[in-house]
Amino acid sequence: MSLLETRGVTAFYGDFQALYGIDMGVEEGETVAIIGSNGAGKSSFLRALCGLQKTAPDSVRFGGDAIGGLAAHHIVGLGLAMVPEGRRLFPSLSVEENLLVGAYSKRPGPWTLERLYALFPILGERRHNPGTALSGGQQQMVAIGRALMSNPRLLLCDEISLGLAPVVIRDIYAALPGIKAEGTSVLVVEQDVGQAMKVADRLYCFQEGRVSLAGRPGELTREQISLAYFGV
Amino acid sequence: MNPVLPTVERSTRASQVGALLGLVLLIAVISAPWWAERSSQRLLTEFLYTLALAQMWNLLAGYGGLLSVGQQGFVGIGGYCLVVLGLQAGLNPFLIVPLAGLVTALVAVPTATLLFRLRGAYFAVSTWVVAEVFRLMVANTASVGGGSGTSITQTVRGIPAWWRESTTLWIALALGAGATLAVYFLLRSRHGLALTAVRDSEPAAESLGISVERIKWYVYIAAAAGCGMVGALIFITKLRIAPEAAFSLDWTATMFFAVIIGGIGTIEGPIVGTLIFFLLRELLADHGSWYMIVLGSVAVVFMLWIPRGVWGLVSSRFDLHFFPVQRRVRNIDQKESR
Repeated sequence: MSLLETRGVTAFYGDFQALYGIDMGVEEGETVAIIGSNGAGKSSFLRALCGLQKTAPDSVRFGGDAIGGLAAHHIVGLGLAMVPEGRRLFPSLSVEENLLVGAYSKRPGPWTLERLYALFPILGERRHNPGTALSGGQQQMVAIGRALMSNPRLLLCDEISLGLAPVVIRDIYAALPGIKAEGTSVLVVEQDVGQAMKVADRLYCFQEGRVSLAGRPGELTREQISLAYFGV
Repeated sequence: MNPVLPTVERSTRASQVGALLGLVLLIAVISAPWWAERSSQRLLTEFLYTLALAQMWNLLAGYGGLLSVGQQGFVGIGGYCLVVLGLQAGLNPFLIVPLAGLVTALVAVPTATLLFRLRGAYFAVSTWVVAEVFRLMVANTASVGGGSGTSITQTVRGIPAWWRESTTLWIALALGAGATLAVYFLLRSRHGLALTAVRDSEPAAESLGISVERIKWYVYIAAAAGCGMVGALIFITKLRIAPEAAFSLDWTATMFFAVIIGGIGTIEGPIVGTLIFFLLRELLADHGSWYMIVLGSVAVVFMLWIPRGVWGLVSSRFDLHFFPVQRRVRNIDQKESR
C-alpha cells in the first residue's frame, strides 16, 4: 500500500478549474518531485493534499485513510506536514518559537529541537533571533524545521528554492538525505528541473492541471521532459 | 570563537523588580480596608475591575484578532445574574461573581457559533448587534425589572458595610490581577505560542496543525466569562441595575480606550492604559462633556500616530519588559540581543 495515493484530484477557484484529475502516489521512504511551469497546478495540488483546498474525500488517501477535504490541522496530526511557498514564518516569534509552533500537533517521532539543530547548525546559533531577521535561505531552513517538528510521515515542500541563490539552494537540498534517513518521505514541488532530477526517486510533470509525464529521472529523456514541461 | 556561552532568560531584571513591586502592591491593596479611605477604596475597586475588562479585550483583539465591540453584552448578563441568582434565588452576591462567569461562558457558546461564521468588520458589527439583542431581551422581561431596571440592595442586606466594601475590593483585585496573570501564563504556554502564531498568520498556523477556529473560540469564551464576572461585581458596587447601564457601549469603549492608549498586544499595555484612563477622568471630572471629547481625540491620535501605545514606546525605548513572554538570550551578539 502506498503512503500517499491520489485518484482524480480536482481543484476549482470559482469557475476556474486548476486541476483535472491528478493520479499519483508516494511510497514509504521515497522522495518524489513534481515539476512543471508556472500555473501548471503544482501548488494547488499540494494545497489540496494538506487540506487548504477543497477536494473530494476519496480522492486523497494517506496511509490507507481517505483524507480529502479534512481540515488542515487535522491532516497534520495524521502525519502530513507542509512547508508553504514563501516560507511564512511568524514575525513576532523567535527562530526557536517558530519551530516550537510546529510541534503543536506533534506525533511521536525522531524530530526534536536538538535533532533539528544538528541538521541545520545555523538555526541553533540563531535560535533566539526573530525568525524574520534571518536570510532567505535560513528562513527556509526554519520553515522546513517547523514542518518536521510535527514528526510527519510525509513532508510536502512547496517551491523551496524559489528566490534563493544557487549556493543556498544546494545547502538546503543537502539536508534532504538527513531527513530521509529518519524515515520521512518527501514530496517536493520544484520549478528547477535539474534540482528535482538530482534529488527525486521518481518524478511527475504537471501541465495545465494534468500529469503530463511520470517516471524515474534516469529513465526519462531530455526531449520527453521538455515536451511534458513546455508542451512543445 | 564564542567564549561566552549564550544564556537563555525567560525573566528580565525588570520582571524581577516587577514581581517584587507587584507583591508590595498586592499587600497594599489587600490591606487597604484597614488604612485607606472609603472613597479611595472605591476608586481602587473601579480601577481593578476596569483593568480586568481591559485585559479581556486585549486578549480578544490584541492576541486573538477578534475585534469585538459587543463585550458589554457579557458585562450586562453578569450584572443581571445578581437579579436572578441573588434577588430571586437568594444566593450570596459574592458567590454570584464566579457563577456569573459560568453563566456568561454558557451564553457565549451559542453566540460564538453564530458570530464565528463572520469575518472582520461583519464580525465586529455583529458582536454589537448581539449585545443589543441581549439588552432588548432583558428590557422586555418584566420579571427582572424590564426597561426601568430594579434595585438589588436586597441582595447585600445583612452584610455589614465594612465587609461588603472590603470583599468587593478583594474580588476586584482577584479579577484585575487574575486577568493579568491568566493572560501572562497563557501566553507563556504552548497554547500562547499557538495564539501568537494565529495572530501573525492564520493560514500558516492552520497548516501547522493549529486549529485556528478552536483557539479563537476558547479565547472568546474566556473573555466572555471574564466580562461576566466583572459585570456582577460592578453592580454589587452600584446596587441598582437597568438595561441601559448594564448593556452600555461605554463598557466596551472603556476597554478599547485603555488597550489602545496603553498598547495593544502587550500585557503591560492595559495596565498603563487603565491608569491613563483614570488619570484623564479625574483631571476632566469638572468639565462635563469635554471629558468625552478629549478621551475620543486622544484615542484617535494614538491610533493614527502611536499605534503601539504608550507601553510600546516605553518598552522599545528602554528595553523594558515586566511580563516577558518570549524567551530571551544574552551574550550571543550584542547588537542582536535586543
